[in-house]
Amino acid sequence: MTQTTTPQQSTSATFKALKCKECGEEYELKAAHVCEFCFGPLEVTYDYSAIRRMVTRESIQAGPHSIWRYRAFLPVATDKPIDVGTGMTPLVQAHRLARRLGLEQLYIKNDAVNMPTLSFKDRVVSVALTRAQELSFSTVSCASTGNLANSTAAIAARAGLDCCVFIPADLEAGKVMGTLIYGPTVMAVEGNYDQVNRLCSEVANTHGWGFVNINLRPYYSEGSKTLGYEVAEQLGWQLPDHVVVPLASGSLFTKIYKGFQEFVQVGLVDEKPVRFSGAQADGCSPIAQAYRENRDFITPVKPNTIAKSIAIGNPADGIYASEIARKTNGTIESVSDAEIIDGIKLLAETEGIFTETAGGTTIAVLKKLVEAGKIAPNEKTVVYITGNGLKTQEAVQGYVGEPLTIEPKLDSFERALERSQVLERLEWQPVLV
Amino acid sequence: MAVKVLIPTPLQKLTRDQPTVECTATNVTELLESLEQNCPGIKSRLCNEQGELRRFVNFYVNNEDIRFLEGASTPLQDGDEVSIIPAIAGG
Repeated sequence: MTQTTTPQQSTSATFKALKCKECGEEYELKAAHVCEFCFGPLEVTYDYSAIRRMVTRESIQAGPHSIWRYRAFLPVATDKPIDVGTGMTPLVQAHRLARRLGLEQLYIKNDAVNMPTLSFKDRVVSVALTRAQELSFSTVSCASTGNLANSTAAIAARAGLDCCVFIPADLEAGKVMGTLIYGPTVMAVEGNYDQVNRLCSEVANTHGWGFVNINLRPYYSEGSKTLGYEVAEQLGWQLPDHVVVPLASGSLFTKIYKGFQEFVQVGLVDEKPVRFSGAQADGCSPIAQAYRENRDFITPVKPNTIAKSIAIGNPADGIYASEIARKTNGTIESVSDAEIIDGIKLLAETEGIFTETAGGTTIAVLKKLVEAGKIAPNEKTVVYITGNGLKTQEAVQGYVGEPLTIEPKLDSFERALERSQVLERLEWQPVLV
Repeated sequence: MAVKVLIPTPLQKLTRDQPTVECTATNVTELLESLEQNCPGIKSRLCNEQGELRRFVNFYVNNEDIRFLEGASTPLQDGDEVSIIPAIAGG
C-alpha cells in the first residue's frame, strides 16, 4: 500500500501562515493552535493562485491512490509524506438503503475501511505526523476517544516516532487493544474525553511533545478536507446536494466544507450550494442544542451515550459547525442510543457495511431527516461513515441474535433451519404471538 | 483567599514566563482583577470589550469547568487551584 509522491509533483509548499479564525492575527508556521490575543483557533492559509497553477484534474488523477494526491492542498512541505495508503476509500451508491428510506440518490463514503486503522482519523494523523517530523518532534501524542489513539499509535510506529496517547479509561476493548498492539505508552485517564483533553492541553504546555489535536491541530485538522476532495472527485468532479456528517468536536464538518470551497476556488469543480447536516447522539448533543436555540456559543455537557467516539461535551469547533449548518440550509439533529443501534443494523443489513456507533448515529439522523422531509428524495446525498463496527462490538452485543448451534448432522441442520424460519416470521409479526 | 492560577503558554509572556501565579480573590470575577494587577494586560486577553470571558477561554476551579458551577460568580477558597485553558483542542 505504500506509495511515494510522484516525482512530477512540484516540491514548493503552498501553505503560507497560521491565521486566527476570530481576529485575523497571523503567526509563523510553528506548532501552535491558539491565538495569543483572543484565544481563537489558528488555521492554515494557502496561496490559492499557486495551487491553481500547479493542479489540474489530470494531475490529481495521476497522483498516488491516497490522500497525498491532494498534497498541494495540505500543510506539509516535504515531497515524501508518510503514506500508508490512507484515503481513497470507496464511495458507494447505496441503492437498498436509499429504497428503504425513499431516496433516489444516496451515497456512502466508507471510511470504515480507511487504512491503516479503519477510521477517518488516519487522514488527519498522516498529515499531522508528516508535519510533526518537519517541525522536528521526536514524540507524538494525542487526546483520543479511541480511533485517534489507534491511528496515532499505528502511524507513529510506521514513522519511527515515540508515542504516548491519552484515552478515557472506559473505552471499548477493541479500541484499547487496537492501540496497545503498536507499542505506545497508553494513559487511561479516569475521566471523560473533555477531562482527558484538558489534561493534554496542560501536558502539551510542559513536555515539548507534538500533540496531533492540540499544538499540531491546525495541520492535523486540514487532513479532513480530503473527505471533501475525494467525494467531489469520485462523483465525477462535482459536488453533492447534501451531506450528512457525524459531529464530535465539529472539526470534520467544517473541513469538508472548506475542502469543497477550495475545489471551487481553484476551478476543479463548479460552484453549487451544498447543504450540510450534522449528527449527534442525544446523550452528548451540545452542538445540536446550540443550533436549535440559535446560539453563537456552546454550553458544554457531560456525555452519557454509547456513541463514545463522538462524545465530546465541550466541542472546540461546535460554533463553526453550527454556523455552517445554518448558512447552507442544512440542520443538526440528534438521536437516542436505541436509534443509534438501529442505525448500525440498518446500514449493515442493507449495504453490508458494519460501522461503529458514530456511523449508527449518522444513519439514524439521515433516517430522521428524511422522515421529517428535511432531505428531498431527489437530492444527491452523501453520508459520511467514519469508523468501523468491529471496534465497538459492545454496543451491539445482545441486539444481533445468536448463532444456531447444531450437531454435524443433516437432520440437526434441517430442524435448526425450520426453527430459524419460524423465529424470523415471529420477528416480522410480533403482534400475532 | 490565596489561590493558585495555572497560566497557559500563550499568556506566559505576560506573567514573566511563570506557569503559575498566586492571587487573592473570593470569586472568579475578582480573580480576573487580581490577575490584571499582577500581570497588566492579561484581562483584555481573557475578556471581551464587555468584560465577559471570551468564548474560546475555559476556566476550571479545582478541575471543574466554571460553566458547570456558577460561572464568573463561582466562589473561591483558600488553596483552590484555577486553570485557564484554551478551548480549542481535541476532536
